[in-house]
Amino acid sequence: MRLSGHGLRCVRGGREVFAGLEFAAASGEALAVTGRNGSGKTSLLRLIAGLLVPAAGTIALEGGDAELTVPEQCHYLGHRDALKPALSVAENLAFWADFLGGERSDAAESLAKVGLDHATHLPAGFLSAGQRRRLSLARLLAVHRPVWLLDEPTNALDVTGQDMFSGLMREHLGGGGMIIAATHAPLGIDSRELRIGGTA
Amino acid sequence: MTALSALIRRDIRIALRVGGGALIGVLFFLTVVVLMPFAVGPDLALLSRLGPAILWLGALLASLLTLDRLFMADHEDGSLDLITMSRTPLELACAAKALAHWLAAGLPLIVATPVLGLLLNLDMVATGAVALTLLAGTPALTFTGMIGAALAVTLHRGGLLMAVLVLPLSIPVLIFGVAASQAVIVGPMTFGAPFSILCALSLVSLVVGPFAAAASLRHGLD
Repeated sequence: MRLSGHGLRCVRGGREVFAGLEFAAASGEALAVTGRNGSGKTSLLRLIAGLLVPAAGTIALEGGDAELTVPEQCHYLGHRDALKPALSVAENLAFWADFLGGERSDAAESLAKVGLDHATHLPAGFLSAGQRRRLSLARLLAVHRPVWLLDEPTNALDVTGQDMFSGLMREHLGGGGMIIAATHAPLGIDSRELRIGGTA
Repeated sequence: MTALSALIRRDIRIALRVGGGALIGVLFFLTVVVLMPFAVGPDLALLSRLGPAILWLGALLASLLTLDRLFMADHEDGSLDLITMSRTPLELACAAKALAHWLAAGLPLIVATPVLGLLLNLDMVATGAVALTLLAGTPALTFTGMIGAALAVTLHRGGLLMAVLVLPLSIPVLIFGVAASQAVIVGPMTFGAPFSILCALSLVSLVVGPFAAAASLRHGLD
């Protein structure tokens, strides 16, 4: 499987964010997208996720499921956690697992892996920022998607949380997955750097 | 199918929990209708003539009150991004969200109607007619209102814009809803004609609403 983008140009609010961007990632490979603030790291992830429309260029996933579009084969973990404060931890995860569909793993096991198995009945509104992030990470495990698009994934995670997450990413890459992460901090895994917008 | 039923169940559950929107609509409806006899005065004949119009206006405003949050909440917490990316067509997801909203916020209004009919001096037949027209007409309010809710997300403007956009679309529903109820109470029109048009409005909005809302959300991707 190989995800690639050619000649990507992104325009937001009438301003060109980047142009002529090329990238490629193969199975088992992680791409760390770096660059100064406002250089277009998040925009690149949202282009791949189909949440922005490129002004020029193409994105293709070779060797994926031909029936599905690229965004349908991606997990997107953005700045916002997509959690409902009124629902419990288990209900939040069960909803996304049911809604996203596809190949699934056990929800309880996913919660255990991110260290939230003791809080399944707690409303998500009572979680701390780090716990909310862990719950969003559980979504990546509960439903299988070959491509993970991560935007500052380690925000709000403590040191053990970051170690746990590095382990999860290694597992995902080992299973033939791909990761594209916008990040300032090191990811804790072997990754190739994709720098946007020249030197800072 | 699992995806859509999961979305409907989630939205209903959120609406019914503390802080959800379901109760707000019914309480607003109750307030408007309860205050009306005090404003109009103790003229029972006048009250029963105005009754259907008051109930319809109350229901219309109550359903608009909670509708502007339909997509806004999902947009703010990032859920809308994941819904847009998912394997479920956005049109169907929109329809499921509107259906959930109608079940949680529209149905309680219809259930409350017989009780409120008493306050407006409506007899059993008249109350039944109003409840029936609300049952046939409120889906049209929800599904056309959804278009406004989607535009409110796209244009980053809240409630006021939504009211301005949606009110003109809901005027036909109001006209035929009240006409059908009046036909039962005072005549001389038949009930069938305005009621059929009301049902037709609901069916049209059931089809057009999801497509228009999805198109608006896609156009506003940002």
